[in-house]
Amino acid sequence: MAISVDPPEINRRQRQKLGFTYTFLSDPNAEVIRRYDLLHAGAGPKGADIARPAEFLIDSTGTIRWVNLTENIAVRARPEQVLKAFDEMGERAAR
Amino acid sequence: MDLADGGNKIDMKRKWNWPIWVGFIITVGGLFSYEFFAQFPVTRDFPWANLLLFAAGGIFLVLGLFRAFGKPQLYRGKIFGPILAILGIGVFGFFSYLIFYQLRQVPPSTGAPRVGENAPEFTLPDQNEKPVALADLVSGSKAVLLIFYRGFW
Repeated sequence: MAISVDPPEINRRQRQKLGFTYTFLSDPNAEVIRRYDLLHAGAGPKGADIARPAEFLIDSTGTIRWVNLTENIAVRARPEQVLKAFDEMGERAAR
Repeated sequence: MDLADGGNKIDMKRKWNWPIWVGFIITVGGLFSYEFFAQFPVTRDFPWANLLLFAAGGIFLVLGLFRAFGKPQLYRGKIFGPILAILGIGVFGFFSYLIFYQLRQVPPSTGAPRVGENAPEFTLPDQNEKPVALADLVSGSKAVLLIFYRGFW
């Protein structure tokens, strides 16, 4: 699921426009973003505070199993990387 | 060449120095095509497509400059050639600054949760303003992928 400071209306429109089926959450005051230490102050339009890009893979016990903190905001995790992390997660659980 | 006619006859014999213009246009294209190439991870992770365009633009500009200064009686461009070349270098410099410096200005996020830690709990409204708790999603799935992004703008 995706989190940003965008309000639900924008998420609804973009989700429909781009055809995504997963959940988009709104964190307009960046509270959760701050809790995860992902705040990028002043980096948004008109100097708004936004999140820096990051991905977390969380297992069914709520434990974080994989983190991607990109150093370059144009470079994000590719689906293959996420799937690989997910597979490795399953392997460790099986042992 | 009949010099009594003045410069007109000589000017009309000089050809249009197209490589300078083509080179400049390709260079500018290298900058503005970023948004297009950024759609594909293969050309976004490292902007080699844009760099190729800058290289092609540069080659044409250099070719044009060689013609303008090497054969000034055949080709024009001793003034606008260097001007466009300098502008082209400026465009490339601006692109490089944005792509290789600005995009990497990311906060260190040293306090972000790490592998092995519990994901901090939260409840946030989804796209239909319905509150969603992380704990509910986690207990109902094999795994949850949390994607923090900059927003749509």
